[in-house]
Amino acid sequence: MSNSTRSVPARSTLIEMYRRMALIKLNDERFRAVIKAGKIVAPYYSPRGQEVIPAAVSVSLSDTDYICTIYRGIHDMLAKGLPVKLLWAEIAGRATGTCKGKGGPMHVTHPATGIMVTTGVVGSSLPIANGLALATQIRGEKRVTIAYFGDGASNIGAFHEALNMASIWKLPVVFVCQNNRYGEHTRYEVTTSARQIADRAAGYGMPGVRVDGNDPLAMHAAAKEAIDRARDGGGPALIEAMTFRFHGHVFGDMDGYMKKGEKEEAMARDPVPAWRNWLLENGHASEGELQQIEASIQRELDAAVEFALASPEPDLSELMTDVFAPGAAQEQAA
Amino acid sequence: MSVPQARIAQMNSIQAINLALDEAMGLDSNVILLGEDIADEEEGGVVGVTRGLSTKYGKSRVRTTPISEQAIIGAAIGAAIVGMRPVAEIMLMNFTAVAMDMIVNHAAKLRFMSGGQTHVPLTIRTMTGAGFGTGGQHADYLEAWFAHTAGIKVVAPSSPADAYGLMLSCVFDDDPCLFIENMPTYWKPGTPPEPGRRIPLGKANIARAGKDVTLVSYSRTVGDCMMTADKLSKEGIDCEVVDLRTVAPWDAESVLKSVARTRRAVIVHEAVKPFGVGAEIASRINEELFGQLAAPVRRVGAHHTPVPFAKKLETEFVPTLARIESAVRATLG
Repeated sequence: MSNSTRSVPARSTLIEMYRRMALIKLNDERFRAVIKAGKIVAPYYSPRGQEVIPAAVSVSLSDTDYICTIYRGIHDMLAKGLPVKLLWAEIAGRATGTCKGKGGPMHVTHPATGIMVTTGVVGSSLPIANGLALATQIRGEKRVTIAYFGDGASNIGAFHEALNMASIWKLPVVFVCQNNRYGEHTRYEVTTSARQIADRAAGYGMPGVRVDGNDPLAMHAAAKEAIDRARDGGGPALIEAMTFRFHGHVFGDMDGYMKKGEKEEAMARDPVPAWRNWLLENGHASEGELQQIEASIQRELDAAVEFALASPEPDLSELMTDVFAPGAAQEQAA
Repeated sequence: MSVPQARIAQMNSIQAINLALDEAMGLDSNVILLGEDIADEEEGGVVGVTRGLSTKYGKSRVRTTPISEQAIIGAAIGAAIVGMRPVAEIMLMNFTAVAMDMIVNHAAKLRFMSGGQTHVPLTIRTMTGAGFGTGGQHADYLEAWFAHTAGIKVVAPSSPADAYGLMLSCVFDDDPCLFIENMPTYWKPGTPPEPGRRIPLGKANIARAGKDVTLVSYSRTVGDCMMTADKLSKEGIDCEVVDLRTVAPWDAESVLKSVARTRRAVIVHEAVKPFGVGAEIASRINEELFGQLAAPVRRVGAHHTPVPFAKKLETEFVPTLARIESAVRATLG
């Protein structure tokens, strides 16, 4: 953990970042166990290893701020405050889920906590995030929108169109690239012309910064600076947060495309226990306090799993509902 | 260019759509316009549909965009999700291909995928149509792509007054609407609309009542159907012309009712014939009325080729009056 000269946030913020990271980590462990046990069948893109980024970003946001995230976005949603049991019910395909079981893990949506769009298409979170920020700007509100995406998304046209538009209109949006070094199965260097994605910001006239996304203090500082600037009308920024995913592209991925030892090395530097140790070593938290947080999360997860698995599947009438507004024609032909 | 209605007896589609947008923006501050060249500094759109609106409502609500179709539709979707009513212009219908992910994967599906928590009250304006020698990438009718997608409405007016009334309905509809404007008939004058009168989406208009054969069409080719009907009436052939106005969801009830009476149907559209909207309508008529039909349902559409440039080829490409007439005669044996 970097113990630099930069100012350390308030103790409550440090602890809150840990709570959110621990929630993401423990939720992931529970998910993989439940999927392995065959109790839930769903495609799962584990965010394990990338916990620090949304935890450190979200402590500078409130429920009224917006996020757009992607299929590997459960960490972003949990950090933003998504109720755990609604997430589990959605991923189990139950009527009680955030989207009545009609979105699934790649399309979880929860406007009450500002989770506005989750997309399964690489790069598509950015242009829509601009629109949320555009509404905020036209209405003179003080909201900030975060667009989360991966390193692979920086090579699709939507990224470039969105950064350009955000810059010319000075939209209150922060583009947070979670660079986990692989786009699906392909290494960054094979696909990406820029030495670092942060450099691409210069082409669009906005600040761009590469930061260690596994370092909570560095991540928090970079995010807070960009969020505060966007909120005050200073326009967009691009943050490239360096990280690593521990469980490959999708659940069941055997990592055959990775360099030998690369993942093991990253896992040995697991950012969640590292932050836990840093809090203890620097006297910001006691062992008992952190254990209490973890136990509370485990209880929440117990309740969420139970709630999800006990919930009913959606009624068949849901198939024809929400295609159009209620009352509008729902289909072309009976 | 707000057009004072009392002073003019005729109005073209450019003026009518401009008037509808003007009124919508006046009624609701959530209505915003996005698109290439649409503000007055850029002359209010390439044919002037949005002229005067940025001056009247400000450049914050009428935004000229970069030539970035994904970013235009993406921004419109995001704003729509949080309650704005954006009208995004994709200059030419062929350019919707550049924004297809945003339109098809996002605008059309977010209501369903979010379980109704969000919805996208977005109108996409776009123009198209053969006749100007614009060739293979500026003139296609691509409505079948969108009609095939669940969650988006497709609207294709055939006259200035319909364009006005349907545009108002699209802007205030709670779902995404694709609004197709025919380029070659933009300047064709028509009866001015009744102020404020919205035309309901999903409802067809019986443009001409008749008893012998039903012609089903939308957009520019409604005019061709009317001309064909006029010509054949001199021989005592009485055509009914049904203008769908909304292509998706289409007004099956009105079409089936008409065909049940006439027992003959011809579907006419400028889009290419194979796998087109006409195929869906013909199939539905067969499913519902097979035993009552006096003749097989006929379809008239463009040839299954890219839109050609040379005038002679372009004229043959679209459904010609001769092909429409011949199809009608074929149903009469």
